[in-house]
Parts: sequence; C-alpha cells; structure tokens
Amino acid sequence: MAPVEQGSPTPPPPEAEGRSRFGFALFWVYVLLYGGFMVLVLVRPDLLSLRPFGGVNLAIAYGMGLIAAAFVLAVIYMLARARR
Amino acid sequence: MLHETSSLAVSIFAAFVLSVIGLSFYLGRKKQSAQAYYAAHGQIHWFVNGIAFAGDYLSAASFLGICGMIAFSGYDGFLYSIGFLAGWVVALFVIAEPIKALGKFTFADALDSKFNSRGIKLAVAISTLVVSIFYLIPQMVGAGSLIQPLLGLPHAAGVILVGVAVTLIVVTAGMVSTTWVQFIKGSLLVFFCGVLTVLILDRGLAVNAGSTEPANLAPQVRTVQRDGTVLIDGKPQSRDHDLRPVGTILRLPERFAGQTATGPLRPLEYLAALEDSTIVTWTATKHTDDAGTHTTYAPVERQGTDLLKPGGYFKGLTNGSLAGRLDFASLMLALFCGTASLPHILIRYYTVKDAAAARKSTVVGIAAIGVFYVLTLYLGLGAMTSGALDPTDTNMAAPLLAKTFSTTLFAIISAIAFTTVLGTVSGLIMAGSGAVAHDLVENVCGVRMTDHEKVRCGKIAAVGLGIIAMALGIIFRNFNVSFLVGWAFNIAASANLPALVMLLFWPRTTKQGIVAAVTVGMLASLGWILLSADTFEKVYGLSREAAPMPFSQPGLVTIPLGFLVLVVVSLLTPPPAAAPRRNLG
Repeated sequence: MAPVEQGSPTPPPPEAEGRSRFGFALFWVYVLLYGGFMVLVLVRPDLLSLRPFGGVNLAIAYGMGLIAAAFVLAVIYMLARARR
Repeated sequence: MLHETSSLAVSIFAAFVLSVIGLSFYLGRKKQSAQAYYAAHGQIHWFVNGIAFAGDYLSAASFLGICGMIAFSGYDGFLYSIGFLAGWVVALFVIAEPIKALGKFTFADALDSKFNSRGIKLAVAISTLVVSIFYLIPQMVGAGSLIQPLLGLPHAAGVILVGVAVTLIVVTAGMVSTTWVQFIKGSLLVFFCGVLTVLILDRGLAVNAGSTEPANLAPQVRTVQRDGTVLIDGKPQSRDHDLRPVGTILRLPERFAGQTATGPLRPLEYLAALEDSTIVTWTATKHTDDAGTHTTYAPVERQGTDLLKPGGYFKGLTNGSLAGRLDFASLMLALFCGTASLPHILIRYYTVKDAAAARKSTVVGIAAIGVFYVLTLYLGLGAMTSGALDPTDTNMAAPLLAKTFSTTLFAIISAIAFTTVLGTVSGLIMAGSGAVAHDLVENVCGVRMTDHEKVRCGKIAAVGLGIIAMALGIIFRNFNVSFLVGWAFNIAASANLPALVMLLFWPRTTKQGIVAAVTVGMLASLGWILLSADTFEKVYGLSREAAPMPFSQPGLVTIPLGFLVLVVVSLLTPPPAAAPRRNLG
C-alpha cells in the first residue's frame, strides 16, 4: 500500500486550458433550444399540435429539429476547432 | 402471443456471434500491453470510433424499447430519443476534450488527475461499477426475454449465451475487439433500420383488410391461471387459438377517401398522412381473482393528431398533475446530463489519438445516433399501423413489423436485436473491468503490477463481471427492468456530472468536495429511486401511494444536490495546493 494522498498537482495539459468559449456558446444555444422544447411540453402543450408547416405538427418538427440542431452545431464546432 | 421461431434467425445470429468471436481471437492473437487492452493503443480511427459510439450507446432498450413505446403510446417514445441524443451535446462541447486530455484508461483517472487522491479513485470506481451494473441488468434480462420469442431458447440460455460471448470478446483483445464489435453492430443496426424505413414509406399507410370488422375490434382477454396455464378468451392458448395481432388504421385521411391504401409516401408526407388518419391502439387492464390474473386488451379509436403529441405514455403531462410533470422534467434533465457521465461511453475517448479525433468521432456518433432515432420514429409508427403487434409484448414491435415484409427480414432484425445486446454489454464489462483492475486494485489498493499483470488483472475482472452479469440476468428475470436504464442515467448524472463539471470549471474544487459530491450524488439518487412510486409498484409490488418520494425520477433534485454538496464541502476544506492560475480562452 503506497501512501499517495498528497501528490503534487501536475499542471494540466494545454488541451484542457484551450477549452473554447465558442464550444460553450454552442452548448448554451442548444440548452435554449432543448429548454424551449421542455417548456412547451410542460406549459403550452396545446401549441405542439399546431401544424405551422402544413403537414407535420410542431411536436414532431421541433423534435426532429433538436436532433438536426445537435448535428449541425457539432459540425460547426468541429470545423471551427479544426481551423484554429 | 405464441411466436413461431425462425431457424434462419438462429443461423444468422449464430453466424454473427461466431464471426465476432473469431475476429476477437484474431485481434487478440498477439501479446497485449495495458495500453492496448484498456484503450486500444489510442489508435482507433475517428470514424470507426464514431460508429462504435453508436454501437456502444444504442442498447436493446433504445432499439426495441423505443420502437415499442412509439408503437403503443405514440409520440412519447420519441421524447426518450430526443433526450438521449441531446446528451451528446454535453459530451461534445463540455466533456470530451478535457476527458481526453486528463485521463488515461478510466473515468477515475480524469477526475483524479489534479489531486492524486485514493479517496476520489475509490468513490469514482464504485460509482462506475454501480452505474454499469444498473445498465447491465436490463441488457442481460432483455437478452433472456428476447431469445424466447426470437430464437426459441429458454431465458437462461439467452443470458448465458450473451454472457459467454461478451466475456470472450472482452478477454481476447479488450478494447480493440470491443470497439470492432461495436462498430459492426452500430453499422448493421443503422443500415437495417434504414432498410425497414424505406419499406415502410414504400408501403405507405393502408387499412388492412378485415381490420375494421367488428369481430377484429372485440376486446380480448388473456388469463394466466394459478397453475401457470394460459387461456385466451376462456379457452387454452394454442397456435390456432391465440390473441389476434393488433394495431391498425381505421380510416385514412379525407384526401384518400374511397381508397384502402395511400401508396408510397415521402418521409414528411407519411407523418402528415398519419396525423390525419384514425388509428386503433390497444390498452391493457389487469385484474386478479381466484382463477388467476386476467388481462383485458381493448381497442381505442384515436386520432393521429393525438398520437403524435406528448402525453400518451407520460400521462402526467395531460392530466395536469404537478408530480407527473416534475417526473417528466426530471427524466429529460437526467437524459441530457447522463450521457456524458456514463463510464462506458467516456472510456471511448481514450481509444482515439487526440482531441481532434475525439471531436470528429463524436460528430460521427451524433450523426449515426441521430439518424437512428429518426428511423426509430418511423419504425415505431410503422409498427403501430402494421396490424402485426403482440399486445402482450411491446418489445416485439420492431421484429414483428419486419415480419410483415418478409420472414428473412424478421430473421435479420431478430438477430440484430440480439447482437445489439452484445455490443452494449461488452462496453459495460470493459468499463467495469477498468474500474476494478486499474482503479481499485492498482490505484486504490496500491498493488504494483507489471504491464503484463495489469492486462491479466483486467481480464480476470472482466470474467468476474461477466459471471456477475449472467447471475443478475437470471435473478432479475421476472422483474420489469426496462426502466433501469433511466435509473442508470439518473445515477450517472447525479454522481459523476457535478464532480466532472466543477473540476473543469471551478479552481476552488477540492478533493474532499469531489469525493463528497460523487458519494452523495450516488447515494441520494439510488436512495430516491428505491423509495419512489415506480419502484414500489414495479419492483416491490406495493401500492404507488405508499412511496415517500413525490415523483420517481430523482435527477431534478439530486443533480443540483451534487453541485451543492461539492461547493459546500470544497469551501469548508483547504483550497488545493496553489495550482497555476487558469487562463481560460
């Protein structure tokens, strides 16, 4: 049993320091979208039956939109980080 | 319902299992280093890793459970899909790169990187094991309950088959073989769900011949007598006298008046046409008397517009109960926060070479998983209107839907459903093996091992976990375990996420704070679950009202609690030895 309680803190590698603010901005964009969906479901579920785009109702459109948004934001983030 | 088993399904499944085991032995033929066993040398290509993310993440609960929930309750199954996918946003933007930069083999490595504390390693290793075992039980029980209708073997055979196959996959080449099995499974799953969706759209919506006959819309009663024999409408169940398959369209939209089928539809047209149709779904009500347990299945005529909005499964959303809505909010929060805290997902960040590869593979994972969830919506709705559903077993929705197209497709989907279990369970066993061998034995107990011994220790742990998994799969066979996956997300999010996020973003975080947050988050969410109405009803068989907790999903309370405990304990303990001031951005 080796006593390892008080090791000296190692400086974190540069990657950890370079967490991008841009990534956070995108994260909060998604939180707003997801939160907006939850608020609709909880507070105004009647709006989800609306069919603003003709055929498909808002419940389906918003759900698919959240899935698409996750992918689009992820791609934007990947490209932005690759460019730096 | 009694299902005909398909020898083709058995052959396809056997061929798959034998080939992945063969592949594992091939990959494991050389002597391995610990770096290879636990992290596949960090040399997995980002695209392969991305698809393996999907293979790791999409469990049997995702595939069969969500399809079944959509087929029987409509939109609400899709809510799970939305939450499951949203969690990947947290993984990519917040967790992926730090985890990759800070850790080596396990989640505990990353959390402990700043402190080198045995307390943290112990707490995190235990939470890894708890989360992995909660996730493991439904997979193993699922394997057992699937094998009966799909392959015609008894429950225990399914559990043992999966247990042995997975243990072999992990023991031969560790993370290398696990990754490739998950890659193959992920590709097959998404591809064949795509094939099914194309067939569903090509068929369009149709009023099945005879489905509107009064005789086919009469309630059905299934009685399980005290001696275990099954009666259907009062007469013994047999191949010729069984429950009628259910789930049909009663009326098509106005614009198809006079027609019995719409013909091929485009993806959005399909959803729109379904909203304007009238559909028959079936509800089950149970009562028990001296003769046995009677379940009455009764048809309900419903408008497509009602089925395609939330509230079919989460009744609390429509009946105005506050507890029901809090329960829903809590689940959606746990799904959002849970993905990025699941140990078996996090260890996949150690198998790629750098942060850029970690990002790229997450994007591939999000794409594959997102496409899968959209396809699942079509599979569920296709099953809902296929006229082939088994009212007693929601999990059979997807395979039975496939059967309406061809028996070959049924065999393929059945075999894939089963291989789904293999991919996820091997990831879980791998995560557990790392927690036991690398965290507990090597780092907490301080056993010094050579590289070769580390690999051997990991393999012994994997065999042990495989045996435990098989035992749990058999012990829990009669429990309704599908909701255990939701529990695993709640516990993971409550125990792991606060520690992870605060470690990364709050320099004042102390090691005592982390240990306290992980321990309190884990115990509080576990305790809440054990005292919740769902558990009282489904596990203990007690009344829902007897449960002390106001709603069943703990995340809404226990995730913030984890953050609070971390902050309070950190402020009460000495600050960490002056680490260089972080310069963000």
